[in-house]
Amino acid sequence: MAKIKINGKELEVDPNKNLLEASISAGFDVPYFCWHPKLGSIGSCRQCAVVKYRDENDKVGRVVMSCMEPASEGSIISTEAPQAKEFRANVIEALMTNHPHDCPVCDEGGECHLQDMTVMSGHTNRRFEFEKRTHNNQYLGPFINHEMNRCIQCYRCVRYYRDYAGGDDLNVFSSRNRVYFGRASEGVLESEFSGNLVEVCPTGVFTDKTLKKHHTRKWDLTTAPSICVHCSVGCNTIAGERYGTVRRIYSRYNEQVNGYFLCDRGRFGYEFVNSDQRITKYIIPGSTEGVSKSAAFDFISKSIKGKKVIGVGSPRASLETNFALKQFVGSENFSVGLSKRDYQLAKLAVDTLINGSVKSPSLKDVEKSESVFVLGEDVTQTAPMLALAIRQAIKNLVKPKADKAGIPQWNDAPVREIIQSAHGPLHIAAPVATRLDDVATTTYFSAPENIARLGYAVAHFINTKLVLPSGLTDEVKTLAEKIANDLLSSDKPLIVSGVHCKSSEVIKAASDVATALKSAGKSVSLSYTFEESNSVGVTMLDGKPLEELFDEAKSSKAGVLVIVENDLYRRLGKEKIDAYLSQFEQIIVLDHNETETTAKATVVLPVGTFSEADGTFINQEGRAQRFYQVFVPETDTPESWRRIAELGNATEKPFIENSFFDFTSSVANSLPQFKGIANIAPPPDFKVLGQKVARESIRYSGRTAMKANINIHELKPVNDIDSALSFTMEGYHGEAPSALTTSYWSPGWNSAQAINKYQIEVGGALHGGDPGLRLIEPTVDKESYFQTIPEAFKISAKGLTTVPVYRIFGSEELSTKSPAIIERSGNAFIGLHPADAKRAELKNDDKLEISIGGQLATVNVIIMNELAEGLAGVSAGYKGVNPEMSEVTFKK
Amino acid sequence: MLTAEEIHEIKEEFHLYPYKQAACIEALKVVQKHRRWVSDENVKDLAELLEMSADEIDSVATFYNLIYRRPVGKYVILLCDSVSCYIMGLETVLQHLERTLGIKYGETTADDRFTMLPVPCLGTCDHAPAMIVGKDLYRDLTPEKIDEILNSYK
Ligand code: SF4
Ligand code: SF4
Ligand code: FES
Ligand code: FES
Repeated sequence: MAKIKINGKELEVDPNKNLLEASISAGFDVPYFCWHPKLGSIGSCRQCAVVKYRDENDKVGRVVMSCMEPASEGSIISTEAPQAKEFRANVIEALMTNHPHDCPVCDEGGECHLQDMTVMSGHTNRRFEFEKRTHNNQYLGPFINHEMNRCIQCYRCVRYYRDYAGGDDLNVFSSRNRVYFGRASEGVLESEFSGNLVEVCPTGVFTDKTLKKHHTRKWDLTTAPSICVHCSVGCNTIAGERYGTVRRIYSRYNEQVNGYFLCDRGRFGYEFVNSDQRITKYIIPGSTEGVSKSAAFDFISKSIKGKKVIGVGSPRASLETNFALKQFVGSENFSVGLSKRDYQLAKLAVDTLINGSVKSPSLKDVEKSESVFVLGEDVTQTAPMLALAIRQAIKNLVKPKADKAGIPQWNDAPVREIIQSAHGPLHIAAPVATRLDDVATTTYFSAPENIARLGYAVAHFINTKLVLPSGLTDEVKTLAEKIANDLLSSDKPLIVSGVHCKSSEVIKAASDVATALKSAGKSVSLSYTFEESNSVGVTMLDGKPLEELFDEAKSSKAGVLVIVENDLYRRLGKEKIDAYLSQFEQIIVLDHNETETTAKATVVLPVGTFSEADGTFINQEGRAQRFYQVFVPETDTPESWRRIAELGNATEKPFIENSFFDFTSSVANSLPQFKGIANIAPPPDFKVLGQKVARESIRYSGRTAMKANINIHELKPVNDIDSALSFTMEGYHGEAPSALTTSYWSPGWNSAQAINKYQIEVGGALHGGDPGLRLIEPTVDKESYFQTIPEAFKISAKGLTTVPVYRIFGSEELSTKSPAIIERSGNAFIGLHPADAKRAELKNDDKLEISIGGQLATVNVIIMNELAEGLAGVSAGYKGVNPEMSEVTFKK
Repeated sequence: MLTAEEIHEIKEEFHLYPYKQAACIEALKVVQKHRRWVSDENVKDLAELLEMSADEIDSVATFYNLIYRRPVGKYVILLCDSVSCYIMGLETVLQHLERTLGIKYGETTADDRFTMLPVPCLGTCDHAPAMIVGKDLYRDLTPEKIDEILNSYK
């Protein structure tokens, strides 16, 4: 720790930080643009000037850029000295000469870092009277809007997009006051993380195009802490609503999970909430137009009476919902809603984490890893933010080099200069080319069996007591040896795998590699990816796979099936599901959007999406995280768990649970694996200064006017019995416990960068700790290995063997009901090895009818050079494609 | 499409640098030498050759104002508009050029012979006003001298 003095205040700070970070962490307001806690300093905007003194006797000092000076022992600075203030006022005035001052029509207005910093720097009068330079804007795709005139040349966008996220299609052009940030030519931004430009750019150059279509100022949004529902990573978000529709998703800082960022699927996939496919009516047989709630429940209680009821839960529904359903139908009649194969895979991965000796890392741990081996995953498509974290991990090679040269980590330009394009070891083995290949040390493309064999070979070279698979080529052996050596020569290796190549062998091999590293004394971590937001939760809850439940139902003559938030046609082939469903008298489906399954239901009950519900998800790390209802819908769409309780109360199985807290406490108290989840956020009776935490800002406008068509008297606010949040602006607006953060705001800080004020130290943990609870920790120290080495892949004589190929935009169910994501999804496809394509006389973009297990689908042909011969890479999760992904045949 | 000759000359440059991306500026100069300017298509071709994105090439190309990203005439006139030349009669010189050639800064004559651009100090203030035509420096400019100079470029 270094002793320094800021504005006369003595402080002890980390000498590895710079003076800007130290000042902000100590609570002083220093304006800045180009520095960002994740991007470091480059000293280009000159906005963060302070006066630094030689010693106590130096009364004059000199102006320095605080972001470029280390917080070294004995530093004395003033952020308030007149020279510093004047310097900053001049800088902002110069920066603003070309700015259009168009805040009223700018989407950033009201939450703009430039506005905040301009006010903070005291530039209140415009003296510049000359013509301003203007630019043409570009079309950048369905996610990002471009308005270049607002640029203040801080270079954050290119540094984020290129240096941090690894994109190469955004750059800076021209020179001096004509510099232009955009693409060489108009077109879709290719990075899967482009949406973060919205938050990284301190002005309104890059803004959220989906928000633009229904724009609402920050202060007019009703917001609540939420969790992304679009993959198993569980990034923390803030969802904002107005007039009954969700308007945007913003990142919610969690140092352990997503930090400052989100992927584009998470940010722009939300509009399924506002879809015209939303279910809002009660449907019973004979009524397609909908009936009243009481009519629906009358029908249900009559038709259920005396019948055996079975239930299908879902990996995209909350833990509380799955728990409620399991209670309602009884354990022996509950399915987790996954096919046998998918459930086995998920269970294998979860059990490996629970019973193994290797820790599953948070994304922050991932970023700190020093070498990485990925087995069977295109992580960018299946767990996008994990891929972004891996990209940061392999930069850790920088640290020792920079340390040796005496350059602090935050000093971005020299650190990058010293490292050039070098990066730490990243080895990828996958069936198809992946979006991390550009920074991979080695890549190996083959069938899942062969990936597992490579994995076992790596494990062998780490620990020669383990079996070396027989029949490996010299090439694979050499590769395995190299991977083993790279992993062994770092202290913190990371193994990444998951369920997405549908191979238990790959999951097991990954575990064996990790375990071998553990026994070699490494602090290794093992990260598995899963398909959906609560795959881990429902797997830990336990239940039957679909096939088992339905087969038993046949013999036990169950008459009623309840399906909750699950489209079974995404789990198994159409023929199978059709046959299964045909055996029931009543099929009651609870869901929020129309699906093929709701089309088969006899009874449909509307329920809420994540934005109309409280719940808990368990992410791929094993972290339980709470999400909150954002707004009170005008439609009758409560949480599924509440709906299930209504069902129970309408039949002979009344629930004792009534509110969210009742449910989550029941889960925590009755199931030891979920111990503690009721306490991951404050209980509903929690209050700050006698108040609930407000979902709306003090400046929220129009609350009387917006409902004047219903009643000109203001309606009584709805009381939230489920949480410690209030639905309106009444309540506490200061900093609440981290799990209850509804928005970031602090006096003078209206943009998301107010987050500085919520952290113990800038870029570090939130006050009171980051929210969420890790439920899975390695407890055993004993090494146990699978060592189940599969046979090498053989080309099948019957047809091509399918491997599922995932797309960030297109494979996930809910986001593909959102217009912006649909625009990026493209058609279903089949990837073929060039030789296989040639044999079948197929070329890129040919249309083809394929058959998987007899189920036909029309797809586009993509020639994939990396795909092994004999494999077909079929787009997973696309409409019509048989999710079972067995052998594929086609006729031209 | 880059010509075989261009590709050959660019590849020669690769030997001088540890990474071929570092030859980016030289590669742009090669293309400009052969074509007078660098088109969008050339940028894309260079990107492929240097294993960079078009955006990266263009970022470099647009930074340097003597790499032309728009068509220029056979000879580029770089007229110094810095302070010494200004004091020594830039305005008369400029007017004369504009009248004789019928173009303003940034424009090209109809016969495609000349493009005129301003540049800062040419480092020859003691002989201001000054300009460069093609590769040749001309100093102590007067209208009469300019007529003579322009006539010598066919
Ligand atoms: S576009 Fe935004 S982030 Fe990029 S330089 Fe301009 S102001 Fe900075
Ligand atoms: S990585 Fe997953 S959880 Fe995170 S924002 Fe993207 S889709 Fe959502
Ligand atoms: S923040 Fe320090 S110079 Fe930009
Ligand atoms: S000012 Fe023209 S040559 Fe120096």
